[in-house]
Amino acid sequence: MPLLEVDDLHVSFGTPDGVVRAVRGVSFSVDRGRTLGIVGESGSGKSVATQTIVGLTRGARVSGRATLDGENLLGADPDTLRRIRGAEIGMIFQDPLSSLHPYYKVGWQIVEMIRAHERGTSKSAARQRAVDLLDAVGIPSPRTRIDNYPHEFSGGMRQRVMIAMAMALNPAVLVADEPTTALDVTVQAQVLDVMRDLQREFGTAIILITHDLGVVADMADEVVVMYGGQVMERAQRRDLFYHHHHPYTEGLLKSLPTSGRRGKLTPIAGTPPSMITPPPGCPFEPRCVHATDRCREKPPTVEIPGSGPHTSACWLPVERALRTPLEAS
Amino acid sequence: MTTDLAKHDPEAPEPLVPDALELEGEARIEGRTPLQLAWAKLRRDKVAMVSLVVIVIIIVLALAAPLVASIVGHGPDDQYRQAGLTPAGLPKPPTGQFIMGTDDLGRDLFVRVIYGSRISLLVGVLSTLIAVAVGVVIGIVAGYFGGIVDTVLARLIDTVLSIPFLLAAIAIVSISGPSLTVTVIVIAFFSWSSVARIVRGQVLSIREREYVEAARSLGASDRRIMFVDILPNVLAPVIVYTTLLIPISIVSEATLSFLGLGVPPPTATWGGMLDGSLNYYRVAYWYLLFPGLALLITTLAFNLFGDGVRDAFDPRSDRLFATESETEDEKK
Amino acid sequence: MKATDDAVAPLLEVTDVRKHFPIGRRPLFGGAQPVLKAVDGVSLAVRPGETLGLVGETGCGKSTLARCMVRLYDLTSGSVNFNGSDISTLSRGDLRPLRREMQVMFQDPYGSLNPRRRVGSIIGDPFTIHGVAEGDERKRKVQDLMELVGLNPEHYNRFPAEFSGGQRQRIGIARALALNPKLVVCDEPVSALDVSIQAQVINLLAELQERLDLTYVFISHDLSVVRHVSDRIAVMYLGKIVEIAGVDDLHDHTRHPYTQALLSAVPSADPDAVAARERIVLTGDLPSPANPPTGCRFHPRCPKAQQICVTDDPELVSRLGDVAVHQVACHFPLADGELLTVSKPAIADIDPDLGFDATAAAKGTSS
Repeated sequence: MPLLEVDDLHVSFGTPDGVVRAVRGVSFSVDRGRTLGIVGESGSGKSVATQTIVGLTRGARVSGRATLDGENLLGADPDTLRRIRGAEIGMIFQDPLSSLHPYYKVGWQIVEMIRAHERGTSKSAARQRAVDLLDAVGIPSPRTRIDNYPHEFSGGMRQRVMIAMAMALNPAVLVADEPTTALDVTVQAQVLDVMRDLQREFGTAIILITHDLGVVADMADEVVVMYGGQVMERAQRRDLFYHHHHPYTEGLLKSLPTSGRRGKLTPIAGTPPSMITPPPGCPFEPRCVHATDRCREKPPTVEIPGSGPHTSACWLPVERALRTPLEAS
Repeated sequence: MTTDLAKHDPEAPEPLVPDALELEGEARIEGRTPLQLAWAKLRRDKVAMVSLVVIVIIIVLALAAPLVASIVGHGPDDQYRQAGLTPAGLPKPPTGQFIMGTDDLGRDLFVRVIYGSRISLLVGVLSTLIAVAVGVVIGIVAGYFGGIVDTVLARLIDTVLSIPFLLAAIAIVSISGPSLTVTVIVIAFFSWSSVARIVRGQVLSIREREYVEAARSLGASDRRIMFVDILPNVLAPVIVYTTLLIPISIVSEATLSFLGLGVPPPTATWGGMLDGSLNYYRVAYWYLLFPGLALLITTLAFNLFGDGVRDAFDPRSDRLFATESETEDEKK
Repeated sequence: MKATDDAVAPLLEVTDVRKHFPIGRRPLFGGAQPVLKAVDGVSLAVRPGETLGLVGETGCGKSTLARCMVRLYDLTSGSVNFNGSDISTLSRGDLRPLRREMQVMFQDPYGSLNPRRRVGSIIGDPFTIHGVAEGDERKRKVQDLMELVGLNPEHYNRFPAEFSGGQRQRIGIARALALNPKLVVCDEPVSALDVSIQAQVINLLAELQERLDLTYVFISHDLSVVRHVSDRIAVMYLGKIVEIAGVDDLHDHTRHPYTQALLSAVPSADPDAVAARERIVLTGDLPSPANPPTGCRFHPRCPKAQQICVTDDPELVSRLGDVAVHQVACHFPLADGELLTVSKPAIADIDPDLGFDATAAAKGTSS
């Protein structure tokens, strides 16, 4: 059984303009020591889906199933959820400043976090652990840096502090929501390395939410591509990049500027759908070059034969996937 | 649609203030401007809507004051020494003839209360508008130019804010003598600075926005940037503050008139009536009650409406879209 | 190839430009005003018709340099020549006619459009400001522009909030192109957009360049985008250009260690290539531009640094037999095929905060 399993998750919000159906039947899972990449553009529902699992979407209508190690997450009471957050699921976000309290020293924040979950830990022991954590995420001279305030760190160092905090209780799952989007590429490389190292050491499962296919190609074992609140394609990393099936995945990859090659890019025409009145069938249908009449009804999720589990929500024949290595397209 | 365009787009001379203002007004055609959103929210606010109805009634009564006087048959300054006073020469209680009773000179209180609303509204609205106009211009100029201009203007704002209103008003009126004009000017003089301070603060952040830089990169003049690009973006707080400043000005006018520093007698003002009632309220409660009630209802209506307007413009009180970026705020 | 044609007179030339921003307050007794050296001695030329890419990380001064180029900022020192005339000291009024010829396109499609004004009025701004067209003529021109950039001219009366991010960027493009400029400085024009939309905008920019004979200065932190659109690329680090070259030269004959580190860190959507690639993970953080390192500014993080790098600031010149337009500011430029396999700094004489970071260094190349 997978460590974290999400099945048929639906999330919607009431707004003055109507009901926003942000997530519409999303399923995924992740195992210990593995990294699941969730990619999608803004509004695809990728962040909402993961936030819902950890109970961070207040006021939303939620249905479906999400379990961590067999324990139900969606119906959990607030106390249980608070215990799970931090202790079982660590989280890091795009902007570490929004998650670190500006008026407290980072060491104090980590110590408080440890002691809130582990009552028995002494202050000095917790502090020692905080120093070790900062050291593990590559913060130079952690013994002095532990007494600094968040604003005294650079963006990359701040994100390392966030990772240290998220990993403080050795959670089974680390949810990283666009962890490197605000960082420069060289700093991004450092932060991704830190995450990879910690995963290797502690066997943490990572859910990496990002819009950056490059980050996914670097980090993920398995990839879920989301669009319009639904999963378009789910595949092992190499299958996704070299044998993708879904036209949206293909469109995303073709939109990327490839190194040093001038000339026309191949964008996806049009704009993402409204999540208040999403298209009845495949959400990608209005922008899809392969769209036919039957795409206006919900396409089946088909199994694509290959090296690992690979599914795609599209009517197109499965053989298509085997013929679309990136280079040939 | 195209006919609509022709109406307001051609000939846009350099200072486009009217154009900018018009944008707000014309916004109903399509899209939802902040003003439309605010109005939609305001309409759902029952307290604000009741207050608005009360305000409209007060305005209608003020405008129709001469009509009311002619129906009742009493002028605001007519003294009915026979019919309007008791044999002892005291004010008469409310009767069929004088529905709110009379004052110490035998004048019809009902007609005077109605006429008093004209002064209150006139002074309240006029001095507020002057204060807002001056405050907006000074606030924008100070915030936009910064540097020495800002330092000087900010000190000026602080200085005006620290002058005690009543003491200064007494001094000014004792030199100039009381009149309607002096009242309006005195109140406006002591109100613009808080508007200027609010606007300045807004402009300080707006001038760093990219669209201001974009305008500069196009070669737009300072005046154009201030009044075409920045002004429409400070309108929301200005509108809110304006609705809240009107009742303050009305109370200020009443205070000045009460102290004999406002609009001089025999003109009917609520403050003046309250002043006159002081010697008689033991025997003639109505003399104190009705002008006081009128003042209370008017300021309360404006204040409640102002609160509604503020809530309506407050983006925190409506969640338009629970998008990914917005829900991020909730993470901690 | 225009990029290597030296005979053409440059459209824009900046010479030893510096832009220092005062930070904090001047000490009460004596002492100089502390400054942030955002741009500190940059010279480069932009030739007509080319796209010059300007890359670098946050705080390297690329946006400040761009704003100096079009004189949105006053220069601390140095000069800017546009189309043959010195514009470095012109007043705002004197610059106004020039604004028709050089335009800026901003990063944030949400921030660069006034939310309270209609799109037609925003795009028409340049016409009004420069007295080019009024009334119906202005409206017609604006609608032509909207069509040019792929917007529906019927949306003339809408507010920016009614458009998506990509469409908003098109509005910004239309505004920048209204007066038919020669030079367009694009400050991170696609960074805020989703990939599928980003590709639409990049294509549009390329198409417009061809049709309207535009010269672009294209600023981005995204190297893959810059590599796609540029003829030449200048790499900036802490207020200075460390390397400038044609796109292929920069990629195939990388000379500066920082350039190589930057190139190697660019994420690629090709898992096999990522796995095969030697990645150089730089250690430490960017030093503060308020107090930049002596000599070569990259020396505290450079695996090749020697004593001379601490003391002498290297000049930006052509090295190792490169073509004249390939210039690098480095005492020890990389030979062809040379890879920085060690990523720890060679000299650890600096602030511990910025310094050598054993964990990351040791693991940097193992992945």
